[in-house]
Amino acid sequence: MPLDFVQLAPELGQFALILSLCLSTALFFLPLIGAHYGSHLLMRSGPSLATGFFFFVAFAFFCLTYSFIHDDFSVRYVATNSNSLLPIQYKISAVWGGHEGSLLLWILMLAGWTLAVAVFSRSLPLDMQARVLSVMGFVAIGFLSFILFTSNPFDRILPMPPQDGSDLNPLLQDIGLIIHPPVLYMGYVGFSVCFAFAIAALLTGRLDSAWARWSRPWATMAWGFLSVGIALGSWWAYYELGWGGWWFWDPVENASFLPWLIGTALIHSLAVTEKRSLFKSWTILLAIFTFSLSLLGTFLVRSGVLTSVHAFANDPERGVFILGFLLLVVGGSLTLYALRAPVVKGSTGFGLFARETLLLGNNILLTIIMIMVLIGTLYPLIADALNLGKISVGPPYFNVFFLPLMGLLCLLMAFGPLANWKRTSGKQFLSLLWKPWVISLIFALLFPLFYRDTYEPLAALTVFVASWVFTALIADTLYRIRNGSTLVNGLKKLSLSYYAMVIAHAGIAVTVTGVGLTSIYTEERDIRMEVGQHVQVVEYEFVLNKLVKVEGPNYIADEAQISVFKDGQFLREMKPQKRRYLASGSTMTEVALDVGFFRDLYIAMGEPLTETAWAMRVHLKPFVRWIWLGALMMALGAVLAVADKRYRKAVKQDIQVDLPTGKLLNE
Amino acid sequence: MHPLRKQRLMIVIFIVVFSSIAVGLMAYALRENINLFYPPSKIAAGDVPHNKRIRAGGCVKPGSVQRASDSLQIQFVITDGTADVKVNFNGILPDLFAEGEAAVINGVVTDAGELDASEVLAKHDENYIPPEVAEAMKDKGEHQASCEGLKYAS
Repeated sequence: MPLDFVQLAPELGQFALILSLCLSTALFFLPLIGAHYGSHLLMRSGPSLATGFFFFVAFAFFCLTYSFIHDDFSVRYVATNSNSLLPIQYKISAVWGGHEGSLLLWILMLAGWTLAVAVFSRSLPLDMQARVLSVMGFVAIGFLSFILFTSNPFDRILPMPPQDGSDLNPLLQDIGLIIHPPVLYMGYVGFSVCFAFAIAALLTGRLDSAWARWSRPWATMAWGFLSVGIALGSWWAYYELGWGGWWFWDPVENASFLPWLIGTALIHSLAVTEKRSLFKSWTILLAIFTFSLSLLGTFLVRSGVLTSVHAFANDPERGVFILGFLLLVVGGSLTLYALRAPVVKGSTGFGLFARETLLLGNNILLTIIMIMVLIGTLYPLIADALNLGKISVGPPYFNVFFLPLMGLLCLLMAFGPLANWKRTSGKQFLSLLWKPWVISLIFALLFPLFYRDTYEPLAALTVFVASWVFTALIADTLYRIRNGSTLVNGLKKLSLSYYAMVIAHAGIAVTVTGVGLTSIYTEERDIRMEVGQHVQVVEYEFVLNKLVKVEGPNYIADEAQISVFKDGQFLREMKPQKRRYLASGSTMTEVALDVGFFRDLYIAMGEPLTETAWAMRVHLKPFVRWIWLGALMMALGAVLAVADKRYRKAVKQDIQVDLPTGKLLNE
Repeated sequence: MHPLRKQRLMIVIFIVVFSSIAVGLMAYALRENINLFYPPSKIAAGDVPHNKRIRAGGCVKPGSVQRASDSLQIQFVITDGTADVKVNFNGILPDLFAEGEAAVINGVVTDAGELDASEVLAKHDENYIPPEVAEAMKDKGEHQASCEGLKYAS
């Protein structure tokens, strides 16, 4: 009997993974050796090896997807994460629904970024490109060995495969999960490119404006992906977990937030390095830390030391492997940094009110916030390891320092775009910023007065911070176009990267508004609801009409049909569900949402109390959409910044690659 | 002052000011907001500070869950096989909360020795048991780290 592709796919995938491990090993050694000895041939092998590496990883990924689509339950990973009744889109997303597959996705992303570096960095000096690709190859070796030796997705259950799979965790059967991990991983892995650039700069000792200009688009792009990835995770938690919360300071959320904080510092520090050739060593350090924190996040999430929906694996061997790799990367790169950093430092001065100072403040604040979040995240783990007791650090800890420091950051943020490089006079700040200050103050003081009956001082503070950032941006834009003949002409003259900055900063203001006002004004009613009963939440009235049973493709559900009235007028009907998934037997809350720009209505079914009564969560959440809208604006800013035409100008090839620039030690 | 030194001084001042704000906030936050985990036997033995936020966990004793008929008030008992603790909660329980399964509770021990829960967490899939609970169960003999083998002696 001839074998068809379905039966062969797992073995072919496995084979492709092994081949890509070989290729990435070659990618690590050959260009690096070539760069050291000035061999053009070896250096030029980088892009081809990167392409091959990407091709085989993509093929392995395709094989695994193929096994999922064709319900090949003889593959252990498919059997534990899929089911024949699962709808097709979830069969595909189930590929990254578990530990092994999500690791494969990680590697696919890494291969994609490596290929992108190979394709888009043709203007780079050859030895630089060779070293960058080589570092990417090194990271790939680590992760490919990890997947092949400890968590192979292609392992079979033979000779007795199960009849049917045990289904994807119902929490993950959702559009949010289809897109959240890929986008988040794009961000995580994207920082490996900055890391590679940083290491290459340390190796060559060439760290100038040109270097910063090459790394900036990569950092910005990765940061944009990470912003959206985090926002998607928050959005998913909001409507899928059935609690109505959108951020829990859960260690896993923190794990993705840490690289974001340092990544934010990195993209700002890179700006100083590009424009002013300052903060060079610091930028390198940030690039190393950003990627290390991405790895730390992977370690925390994947090693099973944390308890959450994300912690798939409870295999200590895996944790040890990632921890070892993390130590190798952090230790190795910091050693290299210690040896080489003095070579790449630069020195020019700047004044007290210069843009450099503000960006320095930004960096220090973000770093401090990152360290505090890191402490809060790791403290329970460390305490546990040292036998100091089982401890948990709750959201209040994070809120106590995060909110004031973030507020301070936002207050300073308004000054940044207005400030000149080198020196800005206090007078200039005053003349440009008194209007935004007054407008924000008046608006902030009036807002709570008209929004709700009770006056919330914190809402005034939130609105002040957000509108301060926003109005200062407008003031800055107006100042910059003051010489244009008309408004439109002036606006046309501004560069794309300036618009990028404005949009991203405005995104912060939008997110701040969303976070603050949602937290302050959310109305929550966790109540017992009988059929026919009315519930009043501010101006909305909810009436439970009836309870019905509904059947879905792989679940059965209790559905509540609830009419919503606003000021006595019928608005719409909302249908939250409580689902019971047949294969796994687990229960899931399907939230009913009425989405609006200024408020969300949120109904989740709790538990049945009697035949005609359910415990229900009925929430009114003002401005909750703004949290994620702001993140999208930040990502849009990142896209515009990368599209700026100065990155597409060919870089002059004035470097003599034949010089042996790659000495590791400081002679 | 030399501009370079001035600049260094500024960096130092920046770091000192921001870090001291941060350290101050952190000291405050850590004093208030770290929750220690206790198994039911410790709570029953009175080894747990009253009226302070703690984290507790154990198996929900079968047959102990009682609901009020007109509100969301609920009462149940958690156990680690050695001792029982009564838990009061007003709110909606998570989907996977069930009798005979593990649960983690954030709350305050009252003077009566009961646990007033502000939050009840349950496992998130069928095969999962919170590590704290697993740890607390570990000493209880043959059926390690699971509520199944627990003898719910009254």
